[in-house]
Amino acid sequence: MKRTRSFSWIVMAVCAIYFLTPLICTFEFSLRLKRGVYSFAAYENVLGDSHFQASFLYSTVLSVATIVFGTLLVVPTAYWVQLRLPRFRPVVEFLTLMPLVIPAIILVFGYVRIYNSSSIVPMTSASWSTDVLLGCSYITLALPYMYRAIDTGLQSIDVKTLTEAAESLGAKWPSILFGVILPNLRVAIISSAFLTFATVIGEFTIASLLDRPAFGPYLQLVGANRAYEPSALAVITFLITWGCMGVIQLLGRGRRGISASAY
Amino acid sequence: MTQVFQETASPNPALAPTRAPSWAWLGVAPFMVFALLFLILPTLHLVVGAFQDADGNFTLHNIANLFQPQIVASFWVTIQISMISAVGGAVIGFLLAYAGVMGGLPRWVRPVLMTFSGVAPNFAGIPLAFAFLATLGRTGLITALLFNVFGFKLYDHGFNITTFWGLILAYLYFQIPLMVLILVPALDGLKREWREASDILGGGAWHFWRYVAIPILWPSLVGTTLLLFANAFGAVATAYGLTGSGINLVTIMLFAQIRGDVLHDQNLGYAISLGMVVITVLSNLIYIVLRARTRRAFR
Repeated sequence: MKRTRSFSWIVMAVCAIYFLTPLICTFEFSLRLKRGVYSFAAYENVLGDSHFQASFLYSTVLSVATIVFGTLLVVPTAYWVQLRLPRFRPVVEFLTLMPLVIPAIILVFGYVRIYNSSSIVPMTSASWSTDVLLGCSYITLALPYMYRAIDTGLQSIDVKTLTEAAESLGAKWPSILFGVILPNLRVAIISSAFLTFATVIGEFTIASLLDRPAFGPYLQLVGANRAYEPSALAVITFLITWGCMGVIQLLGRGRRGISASAY
Repeated sequence: MTQVFQETASPNPALAPTRAPSWAWLGVAPFMVFALLFLILPTLHLVVGAFQDADGNFTLHNIANLFQPQIVASFWVTIQISMISAVGGAVIGFLLAYAGVMGGLPRWVRPVLMTFSGVAPNFAGIPLAFAFLATLGRTGLITALLFNVFGFKLYDHGFNITTFWGLILAYLYFQIPLMVLILVPALDGLKREWREASDILGGGAWHFWRYVAIPILWPSLVGTTLLLFANAFGAVATAYGLTGSGINLVTIMLFAQIRGDVLHDQNLGYAISLGMVVITVLSNLIYIVLRARTRRAFR
């Protein structure tokens, strides 16, 4: 037992060094813009850069749109499958897992070929419709965990009884969905929203190939041209990721607490 | 479980007659249209295109073209990097999960490990590349530290963060925590009684792992390794941010092809996509089969 424990400590320590060193080094590096002293000058440069503000705002708006429309697509589908079409479950589950199997770069290659300016649906010919296409790509990327989170949430509430109760009180389906089902899925929806935000905010490949002014391509551009600012950006992105995951952990812990007290 | 529940509940008279069942599929129609437009058609377009020439006639020429040395080399180096980072991530992730769950460490270790494992896989892509450049790049902190303290010039000894092993080192940053995330529930599934039974029968730690734990965990170990493989195989941003086009990864090549038809052959691009899809589909298929087996074994 004692040997197991010291072995475990060694594994933990080695991994902690591996995982923390890049974070510490990146932070230290980001402070070195001014010769000889530590300063937040790189952060000031980054945060004051109009391209940073514009691209960050663009990606924020896009990820909010992804979350809203993704939820509007997934919740009714998962609800309907659970309630009325259990036979469709394998099909829907398979489709929602497809983005994990087909790499994103393949999907975007397909989009670029199908929706180019000379096709029947020329989505890439105007910037607004390319934004729509980018948003749809992000919904596709988010599908696997969004669907799973919401489906798990639906399984933990009694959808059938809730629906019957609402129907017997005379509710129509919009008020059932928005007034009864959605509030019960709050935790699942908020968790998947933050996970989506963390994924979409710095996404590079698709945004770059669709040539949109998103935060990911901006990061790459700064990386190619500046020395200390990329580290500042990496620290900022890490804090955003950490914040999003922190919220999810807190929500999850709250839910686990409830189920534990039920025992 | 839920399916059984729903099937027995479906003849419930309160719900069944209110809507005509033949229209029930309309409820999933929006999702189906979305999946058709953004998942199925794009993939099909590439798969079909892989078997067509520029005029749309059937040909196997593109597939044959895949076997030119440059493309084979890029597939091979991508497979190697994905495989090494997957196996490395799996082994280290296993040790880490073991240490965190069964290592007899203080209670606070486990939640810290799990929280960090939830965060780290999402810290991938361009920012991860920046972090490794700041750490082990030519002017990185560790590189400088090694020189200033030990007089050791890392870059004179064949190390370079923008090469094969550097990229694997960076990939491990999201591979290890992903393994931990998936494996911890599996380790939790190992019942305490099994260890006790093994101890009572006179077995040591070695016997327990060799004859009980590893055979039980084997499907999920191999399955997760395959998942990590597919994960690394499709990655673009980390490699692009770290090495530019320094390593001839197949994803980087495809990235350049989509940007500007660098191969001067649109249909060859489709064939490369098909090759990638075949590889990721195969590894995922094995993962799904193994996953289903472990689930059954744990029931």
